[in-house]
Amino acid sequence: MNDKKIRVLIAKPGLDGHDRGAKVVARALRDAGMEVIYTGLRQTPHMIAEAALQEDVDVVGISILSGAHMTLVPKVIELLKANGQTDVKVFVGGIVPNADIPLLLESGVNHVYGPGASTEEIIHDIRTSMTV
Amino acid sequence: MDLLVEKAIKGDRLSLSRLLSSIENNSAGSQQALDALFPLAGNAHIIGVTGSPGTGKSSLVNRIALEYRKRRQTVAIIAVDPSSPFSGGAILGDRIRMKELSGDTGVFIRSVASRGSLGGLSISTAQISSVFDAAGYDKILIETVGAGQSEVEIAGLAHTTLVVEAPGMGDDIQAIKAGILEIADILVINKADREGADQTELALRTMLELDHPKPKIFHHALLMDVVPLPDQQPDESLWIPPIVKTIATNGTNVEELTNRIEIHRQYLLNTGFWARRDSERILHELETSIKQQLFQGFISGIEPSDLLDVVQKIQQRTLSPHNATQILINRP
Repeated sequence: MNDKKIRVLIAKPGLDGHDRGAKVVARALRDAGMEVIYTGLRQTPHMIAEAALQEDVDVVGISILSGAHMTLVPKVIELLKANGQTDVKVFVGGIVPNADIPLLLESGVNHVYGPGASTEEIIHDIRTSMTV
Repeated sequence: MDLLVEKAIKGDRLSLSRLLSSIENNSAGSQQALDALFPLAGNAHIIGVTGSPGTGKSSLVNRIALEYRKRRQTVAIIAVDPSSPFSGGAILGDRIRMKELSGDTGVFIRSVASRGSLGGLSISTAQISSVFDAAGYDKILIETVGAGQSEVEIAGLAHTTLVVEAPGMGDDIQAIKAGILEIADILVINKADREGADQTELALRTMLELDHPKPKIFHHALLMDVVPLPDQQPDESLWIPPIVKTIATNGTNVEELTNRIEIHRQYLLNTGFWARRDSERILHELETSIKQQLFQGFISGIEPSDLLDVVQKIQQRTLSPHNATQILINRP
């Protein structure tokens, strides 16, 4: 009998202090039956990768509004890979200029969400990414 | 799975983490992994931290872990938070208070959802704890959900149980109610800088004195305490929970609290209670395991449609739940 639940780490790297979006997403994922580990504000990429390792998550969701995504996100992905977590899916939400989206996807991000993205869309994408 | 076990006990953190998941998810092979790890466990000191929500359990666990790291002990933390009874999902937020432990390979924090279990732990908590034990962690700190008064399951698992209170959480009647305070090996009044800490201490102290009356003697027309002679050995079978006031946010008195935890450990070892608690726990785990295996065997032999049929009869009130159980169990 397997009771697997989808485990998601919601992380806020960098210096911006706005976590309303992260909390809304965390709660929506909870209501979709997922186990969400929320680690709070101002996490370094090392802290995020370490939490992802200890919690054995399936997904890392990075919420970032400060504009530092091109520095921080690839760093997180690099550390996840260095730890052997090559199968973890990375989702990014926040303020990301359109021009940066393809670059993030290329660096290994699965999906990028901007303002107005619906939680249903995120839940659907997470579930789909688990089956492939 | 064998490889995972082998790597986990050699200190590979990703393997350990994956092993914990497979045990939590009850995946194929997890029982065999636990069987293989079993002989290696039994050395760790398991410390339970329980108390109402908002008393500062996570912050306190963070500080105790830091203190143990100063003392060169490795620490595993199991932080249990509630699962939603509706969606089955959970928000596990205990790590927020444990940022200072980040980057230290002598610490491993694992958040666990209660997954429908009501006693403050999840069904797999004991198993997760035994994996950390086998992996060689010296101290295992288990933080319970924080549901409150009936959260006594932890006492069956931990060697030392801390009950965390905070000022202003209720009057002295709360303190004499049955349940959570009775399981305390150490009582902690956290947020001790808040107003009302002294009253909380007084209420707890009164409760403890009712539980542990001092021997008294009628002498010179007065009821007086019997003071043991200095060379008299104190009765070792009587542990009176100490009350420790802490402020977890800045670490005040956490060193003293940690000393108390160690004194309790020494007390358990000296009195033989360590072994006795272990044997009680083993009996309890054995009973749970028997229940589970019997239930699994039983329920898998019943057609779901038969079960549904019985449910309908109960719903129509033509059969009581008790009679239905009898009928199902005594089926040919």
